[in-house]
Amino acid sequence: MPKHQIHPDKWIDLYADYLFNYTITRVSDREIAQDLVQDTFLAGLKSMKNFKGEASERTWLISILKRKIIDHYRKINSNKGKAEVRIQYNDSESEGDWLEERVADPFDKTAEDSMQNSELGDAIHDCLSKLPKKQANVFKMKTILNYETEVICNELNITASNLWVIIHRARTAMADCLKENWF
Amino acid sequence: MSRKIKIFMPCNEANNICNKAQYKEASLLEKLKLNLHLIYCKACRGYSLNNSKLTKRIEDSKLECLDPKCKEDMKKDLEKALKEQLH
Repeated sequence: MPKHQIHPDKWIDLYADYLFNYTITRVSDREIAQDLVQDTFLAGLKSMKNFKGEASERTWLISILKRKIIDHYRKINSNKGKAEVRIQYNDSESEGDWLEERVADPFDKTAEDSMQNSELGDAIHDCLSKLPKKQANVFKMKTILNYETEVICNELNITASNLWVIIHRARTAMADCLKENWF
Repeated sequence: MSRKIKIFMPCNEANNICNKAQYKEASLLEKLKLNLHLIYCKACRGYSLNNSKLTKRIEDSKLECLDPKCKEDMKKDLEKALKEQLH
């Protein structure tokens, strides 16, 4: 019997945020990231028969997503190649280099920073997945998406005091969960 | 009637202000009252410390997540695709 079962009806609740976070750190554009995540779920659905259950659903979906991200870059690189114009620099050594190669990347991070952020992100996701659904939703909307209290209350039809009670419970549970390795 | 400002407050109120402060939604007076409470309450000092650490860790992680509406749309699309596949 396979170690893991496949449940596509639960994918969005369980993995959408995780996959989105994974994608946005690699493509830096919310809309593109959303589309890639959506494509991943649909591709997963089509190739459900190939899921052998040896890896977890999340790992399997990530492997599909990785290919989607590579395809995305292949696509934009081939489009870019057609549109770009080679320019000539004054010095003969760099003649013919692409202009963009000479611009410092402000988002360039050290490998260590990226690795630590990614591990911390995974730990936070794991802790979030242990919260009751409503608590997790309110916590994400308030803390990660930075929504105004009023907006959340209107959207979820709860009072402000109710929201703060939920936030209190969620923060206590999150702090307990992260305490061991990250505090 | 005199308008006295309640200086001493119970722990649940202190924790509530501490939570609001994480989102910069606590007033100056509330923060003053919280700091006063933290002087004499060890349990709330612990809670406040962990709460600040949690805020810092979430900021450090630069975590992003999907908008609930977008998730709902994704869910509908996936359900539709799932139904089509089953038929």
